Amino acid sequence: MKIGYYPGCSLLGSSREFDESVRAVAQAIGLELVEVPDWNCCGASSAHVLDHKLSLALPARILAQAEAAGLTEVLAPCAACYNRLASARAELVADPAAAAEIAAIIEMPVTGRVKVVNVLEVLDRFKDVIREKTVAPLGRKLACYYGCLLVRPPKVVAFDRAEDPQSMDRMVTAAGAEAVPWNFKTECCGAAFSVTRTDLVARMSGRIVADAVRHGAEAIVVACPMCQSNLDMRRPEINAGLGADYQIPVLFITQALGLALGLAPAALGLQRHMVPALALQPSATV
Amino acid sequence: MSRIGVFICHCGENIGGTVDCARVAEATRAVPGVVHSVDYKYMCSDPGQSMIKAAIREHRLTGVVVAACSPRMHEPTFRNAVAEAGLNPYLCEMANLREHCSWVHEKGEVTTAKAVDLVRVMVEKVKRNQPLQPIHVPVTKRALVLGGGIAGIQAALDIANSGHQVVLVEKSPSIGGHMSQLSETFPTLDCSQCILTPRMVEAARHPNITLMTYSELESLSGFIGNFQATIRKKARQVDEKLCTGCGLCTTKCPNKKIPDAFNEGLSTRGAIYVPFPQAVPNKPVIDKLNCTFYKTGKCKVCEKLCPTKAIRFDQEDELVTLEVGAIVLATGFKLMGTEKFPEYGYGKYKDVIDGMQFERLASASGPTAGAMKRPSDGKEPETVVFVACSGSRDRAKGVPYCSKVCCMYTAKHAMLYKHKTHHGKAVVFYMDIRSSGKDYDEFVRRAIEEDDVNYIRGRVSRIYEEDGQLVVLGADTLQNGRPVEIRADMVVLATAVQAQDGSEQLAQKLHVSYDPYHFFAEAHPKLKPVETNTAGIFLAGACQAPRDIPETVAQASGAAAKVAGLFSQDQLTREPQIAVVNRLPPPVFSYCVGCFLCQSACPYQAIEQEEIKGRDGSVLKTVAKVNPGLCQGCGTCVAACRTKAIDIQGYSNEQIFAEIMTL
Repeated sequence: MKIGYYPGCSLLGSSREFDESVRAVAQAIGLELVEVPDWNCCGASSAHVLDHKLSLALPARILAQAEAAGLTEVLAPCAACYNRLASARAELVADPAAAAEIAAIIEMPVTGRVKVVNVLEVLDRFKDVIREKTVAPLGRKLACYYGCLLVRPPKVVAFDRAEDPQSMDRMVTAAGAEAVPWNFKTECCGAAFSVTRTDLVARMSGRIVADAVRHGAEAIVVACPMCQSNLDMRRPEINAGLGADYQIPVLFITQALGLALGLAPAALGLQRHMVPALALQPSATV
Repeated sequence: MSRIGVFICHCGENIGGTVDCARVAEATRAVPGVVHSVDYKYMCSDPGQSMIKAAIREHRLTGVVVAACSPRMHEPTFRNAVAEAGLNPYLCEMANLREHCSWVHEKGEVTTAKAVDLVRVMVEKVKRNQPLQPIHVPVTKRALVLGGGIAGIQAALDIANSGHQVVLVEKSPSIGGHMSQLSETFPTLDCSQCILTPRMVEAARHPNITLMTYSELESLSGFIGNFQATIRKKARQVDEKLCTGCGLCTTKCPNKKIPDAFNEGLSTRGAIYVPFPQAVPNKPVIDKLNCTFYKTGKCKVCEKLCPTKAIRFDQEDELVTLEVGAIVLATGFKLMGTEKFPEYGYGKYKDVIDGMQFERLASASGPTAGAMKRPSDGKEPETVVFVACSGSRDRAKGVPYCSKVCCMYTAKHAMLYKHKTHHGKAVVFYMDIRSSGKDYDEFVRRAIEEDDVNYIRGRVSRIYEEDGQLVVLGADTLQNGRPVEIRADMVVLATAVQAQDGSEQLAQKLHVSYDPYHFFAEAHPKLKPVETNTAGIFLAGACQAPRDIPETVAQASGAAAKVAGLFSQDQLTREPQIAVVNRLPPPVFSYCVGCFLCQSACPYQAIEQEEIKGRDGSVLKTVAKVNPGLCQGCGTCVAACRTKAIDIQGYSNEQIFAEIMTL
């Protein structure tokens, strides 16, 4: 099976391990990723608060490139990219006049016929393959953290419940882990305020980390680069703010599944985390 | 030879502004059979009607065409006028020049030409009209009330007090409905049971009321004044005549862990139970799904205990058929299930409850005898958060409408809590306060000002448990959306009021329409609020829309008045436009060949088989026969008939073909 692939900027930079693990898992389960040619920034957190047309034009160009390349679906692992691409696509499909205007701006035809999917949606299709190929059941208690963007707005991204999503929980259970019930599956981590208001992000992300630990999780599993970096990279600030010493690692879902599929930690970029995550390999003992 | 009079109405500017009415009158005069044709500004006015009456006498008219508005508007007016002049009213027809012509076309030649055509068509029909007589049908002066809550009880009492028989059917083992579960009622804080239970007893004792509890409507046929209702009397497994209601049978049931629906799952009951101490009738039922005997074939402890030997394990459901003349629907409401709100943690957190559960906690007859104890550990909650509009006015996750009672009962709940826990903190999250009703706003102000309830305008985004408490996250929108975090011991969700389960199926059984949320639809939102679009079936209470007690009682009395009005006549008059099977002299008897395709096509079961017998009693022919009481004149049988043996009186095939051939 073939699918279009839009890594987006974070997967080339701060979240390289997401890119690495998506590619590694895709290869292991027999999914061919075809990178969208000459892709550009999706606009993410800036464009849609500044200029509505810009917020449509940037994702529209990516969709147009995918259309031109003959792709029918594009996988966008980053939750922000996924959200922007899916929202823009929904608007282009619903409003042909806007679509025509945007096509003129990007100087490319765009119809919105390319479907945008996230990592969870794609992996869900391979759940039988994953169950079959699981050689090292995870055997851990995991808190699945979906974040705010992946499941919202529910009208546009309707692949899971907006308030109490379940898809990732099912996935890690299939890979031999225990998904713990906890409170903050879709709470905001503070997102892009990481740079300007680190104090706020530390407080918001801190609640999430603390609640996961309180419910007995041994690791937090995410599907969003922003969430991952806030819970992981901002851990010193989180711990300082809470007066605690939380050492719970934060993994991408593809890293967790990669371990279950028996892939090497280095191939999954597991060594790249700030909070050490290598101890999570199923063979290692705690 | 026909002598038709044509009367063209201008309807002020409505028709006259677009259609050249004088030209229409003139053109019509040339139609064969028309002996008189005039136009006038307002034909429905008194002078207009007099004009028609005078013309009938002067020109010895045999038929009248009034070319004016829709027959839905003024057909009765003109038929009455025609009858007053001595002509059979069914010899008068209307050509609709307003809705079918002037309102939908531009002014011009073509429009006037169409008006002439419409009149010519109707002239051809009237030439073939036959004098008809209205049909009279008898009225069964007994009412059926479905639902034994306050709406049904009130309607039944009012109908019974006007001297008519009432059968009150309730699906659960006792009448009383939701009102019997309430603690105190707004805005007076009087005890719900204290005002309701005397009514329940009165209904049970009333000589004109027959109570059928633990019973449901199985099917309904017939029409206004002449319904046949089949009621399923579910087996109680207890002989009601022998049972004295001593309650001994309920004391030793080995099965004690069944969630008690009356207490909203906050307590448990046995498999043989009386729903609550004040139940009417005060007779137990056996819950067969949970009874040890029905599950394992052994037990019968209750049977051994019963001093009057009233337990009947072999009792079966009974079907009772009743003749009734009118029906009042009073089947009530249910509360929206809170599993729709995962962000409020229902199901996971025992101390997040709904409004009805709070009523049971606050009620003197409830599981805590009215003491404020939270469900999880029985501790008295120090802080209680009330969330109004949980699911109401929420297009995304709930229902778009306002549930109407929540603002008031939330104020009442907060007040009741403060009266029981003086040092406690009560916080209400609300969207806005809807307290229009006599003494209602004063009541809410009293909660805020005298009982110190903290009202925060804003929504609650999340509730989660932490260290045995519930953390409520919300926003205060009167302080620029400032985030609010409250650690509460109990949270009460005012979940949306919804149509009762099975409303859709019941509506289909009764041929009553319902809205997208399965509330039964009134015939007119303003002028026919207690009628349905099915004649003889009326509405009371929250089965129509969310309602509070005063409104429910008023509507129930309204429905009862409608029933009493219907029962004030000995027979009903119906329009004679029904199907008839043609009859001819022997040896043909009828074009009908007895295929009875019409019988299977008829939606109202109005077609019967009739045997035509010779002098010696032998059957010569079997033909179709229309029951004039059941026929609604829909014409389906006419279309189905292969030999053209059936016609609708007043709309015969011949008349319709003549209309078409005119064009």
